[in-house]
Amino acid sequence: MADFISGFWNLYVAGLVAFGLVFCLVVLIANMTARESGEPKLQGHVWDETLREYNNPLPRWWLYLFWGTVLFAIVYLVLFPGFGAHNDGKGLRAEYDAEVAKANDTYGPLFAKYQGTDLAALASDPEAVATGKRLFLTYCSQCHGSTATGARGKDYGFPNLTDNDWLYGGSPATIKESIEGGRAGVMTAFGGVLNSDQIKDVANYVRSLSGLSADSTRLARGKDVFAENCAVCHGPNGKGAASMGPDFAALGAPDLTDNVWLYSNSEASIIDGVTRGRNAGPGSVTNTMPAWKDFLGDAKVHILAAYVYSLSKK
Amino acid sequence: MQSQATYNYKVVRQFAIMTVVWGIVGMLVGVIVAAQLVWPELNVLEFLSFGRLRPLHTNAVIFAFGGCALFATSFYVVQRTCHTKLFAPGLAAFVFWGWQLVIVLAALTLPLGITTGKEYAELEWPIDILITVIWVAYAIVFFGTIAVRKVSHIYVANWFYGAFIIAVALLHIFNSAEWPVSLLKSYSAYAGVQDAMVQWWYGHNAVGFFLTAAFLGMMYYFVPKQADRPIFSYRLSVVHFWALIFTYMWAGPHHLHYTALPDWAQSVGMLFSLILLAPSWGGMINGIMTLSGAWHKLRTDPILKFLITSLSFYGMSTFEGPMMSVKSVNALSHYTDWTIGHVHSGALGWVAFIAIGSIYFLLPRLYGKTEMYSTKLINTHFWIATVGIVLYIASMWISGVMQGLMWRATNADGTLTYSFAEGVKASYPFWTIRFVGGTLFLVGMLIMFYNMIKTIAGEKAYNAPVVAPAAAHA
Repeated sequence: MADFISGFWNLYVAGLVAFGLVFCLVVLIANMTARESGEPKLQGHVWDETLREYNNPLPRWWLYLFWGTVLFAIVYLVLFPGFGAHNDGKGLRAEYDAEVAKANDTYGPLFAKYQGTDLAALASDPEAVATGKRLFLTYCSQCHGSTATGARGKDYGFPNLTDNDWLYGGSPATIKESIEGGRAGVMTAFGGVLNSDQIKDVANYVRSLSGLSADSTRLARGKDVFAENCAVCHGPNGKGAASMGPDFAALGAPDLTDNVWLYSNSEASIIDGVTRGRNAGPGSVTNTMPAWKDFLGDAKVHILAAYVYSLSKK
Repeated sequence: MQSQATYNYKVVRQFAIMTVVWGIVGMLVGVIVAAQLVWPELNVLEFLSFGRLRPLHTNAVIFAFGGCALFATSFYVVQRTCHTKLFAPGLAAFVFWGWQLVIVLAALTLPLGITTGKEYAELEWPIDILITVIWVAYAIVFFGTIAVRKVSHIYVANWFYGAFIIAVALLHIFNSAEWPVSLLKSYSAYAGVQDAMVQWWYGHNAVGFFLTAAFLGMMYYFVPKQADRPIFSYRLSVVHFWALIFTYMWAGPHHLHYTALPDWAQSVGMLFSLILLAPSWGGMINGIMTLSGAWHKLRTDPILKFLITSLSFYGMSTFEGPMMSVKSVNALSHYTDWTIGHVHSGALGWVAFIAIGSIYFLLPRLYGKTEMYSTKLINTHFWIATVGIVLYIASMWISGVMQGLMWRATNADGTLTYSFAEGVKASYPFWTIRFVGGTLFLVGMLIMFYNMIKTIAGEKAYNAPVVAPAAAHA
């Protein structure tokens, strides 16, 4: 009784459905006139000078078609959900669960057989990598792209997984951890902390760190802004959280000096990122990798981790 | 005095002309969005991007083109078959200008992104209220005219128009129930799956009553008129009328197969959609069989070609619809181009063709003439448009089935064979063919526009004298 909150609604729905079918049958039966011989007769009315009507009986094939669909409906309602709570629980949810169970039985062993193998070894097993690629195309390509090279813009930053540049570390175990538990890259929104000039200054400084063109007076001022506000996560020289030691790596604050960009590297995009932050509440940019452990299970995550590791290993 | 009275053709003329104008506008927007799918770089400005223009296209063709055709023909038919002038002509004029205002407001707000987000009901609450007021005025004019009719029996076309007016009022009021939070923003009064159910109860009955019942009313006047033959069966019209308007109300859930909608609602929606097949075909039979004894007229009369071909497309799409509502078929067809193809075999083949044929019938008569400027151009229009429809729906069938099969294809280990983007890439050739088909249909409308201008330019508006009812035959 998942759908009805009381017995009344069961009766209400069943009653309406029964009424609907009976209505169709009554309309049909009331109009099953016999075929007439001879010329069809005209009804006695004329509208707008020429509009008249014959009263031919209903075509038999049409009548049987109508009967057929109503009878089909009755049989269907006996066998499947639809008539109030009758057959409740035999519906799509049950079908889905059965299909998933069957799929797990069929495909489960294909993935489970790799579970015991070390990730680094798995990354050099062509068969496992091919399976990993198929899993990647099914579950990961929507964001990271079918070539795993990611995508970047002002409002989205999906990391490139092939360039051996890592926000949280590129060891097989860390990659697996990222897939299992997801990542939420947080950066404070500085829109309420710094004024727009300071933000533009620091944006120019950040561009200069990667050797991109920048306004020289702004980048000089921006250097101070950076030291006071940004260095705590990105490191004093902007080389990212990981450069400050393994304890800081989980922060994920990117290296700003390597000209590898998660989001667009335009001045406007950097200003936008500093202003709105990442994962910094309403109005900010969502900067989250979802956790896959529960949805995919360990066997598939294990193969995916090996596949992703293999992408930058070569 | 009786001989002096004339029918009110003014509002019919206005709506008939605007049918052609809005048809061109709505179909042009359709061609633009079709082009944007083939060449995504055409999405230059956010106001003119696919997501903003698509609802403008659907609203323009359904409510501007289709709506004007329905107002024009219903105001014409109800006067002529009731043998009396239009009731409350001032209100009829208000309906015309009010409806044009609604269309203009839609054309301004939708590209600006002002929308409720409910398909075919995107317009925001102030416009919804305006629509309600206009619809009440329309109902008063229509049913007022029926009330003062000079014949005892109400002609079958008026049953269908009447059902359409009542049902659309109900649908609009219930589905547009919303809480305004500002002048341009509101939230639906319903939430979650209930909102979805109300939306598709509305959405499918917009198809059922706006695009089917009302256009059947059009069919019941213009087919027998143009063919000059009696309707095939009065009895069939009674049966299929009641069965159609009763059954359509149940069919909405088939838009929500395999969603959070409860199983029983999905099943009932599917079953009544199947039962709908015979009542829908009743109208097709009555229209096509009306031609028996006059088939030869199809060879020479392109207006009749439009009308009868429209019934063929009607029969085809009302067969396809019930089949697509079967859950296991829907599992393949849902969210693919097949749906788009199905909609357009109905919208171009049935709705547009019956409307075009009827407007060709009307235009000369509204200016005291018997024929359009060029019958040959009507014939040209017919063939260009027919080729356009065939290209459109055939390409969408193929790409739709292809997409459905690609999305469900799996490898030996259960992973997907194709990523979504591969399905998009494979669809490009068919989207190009669809663009060509849509363009041909638009070209046909431009030919119609030229023919219309040549027919009415310099002609004086004409209001025919009211015809006295014929003495009843025994």
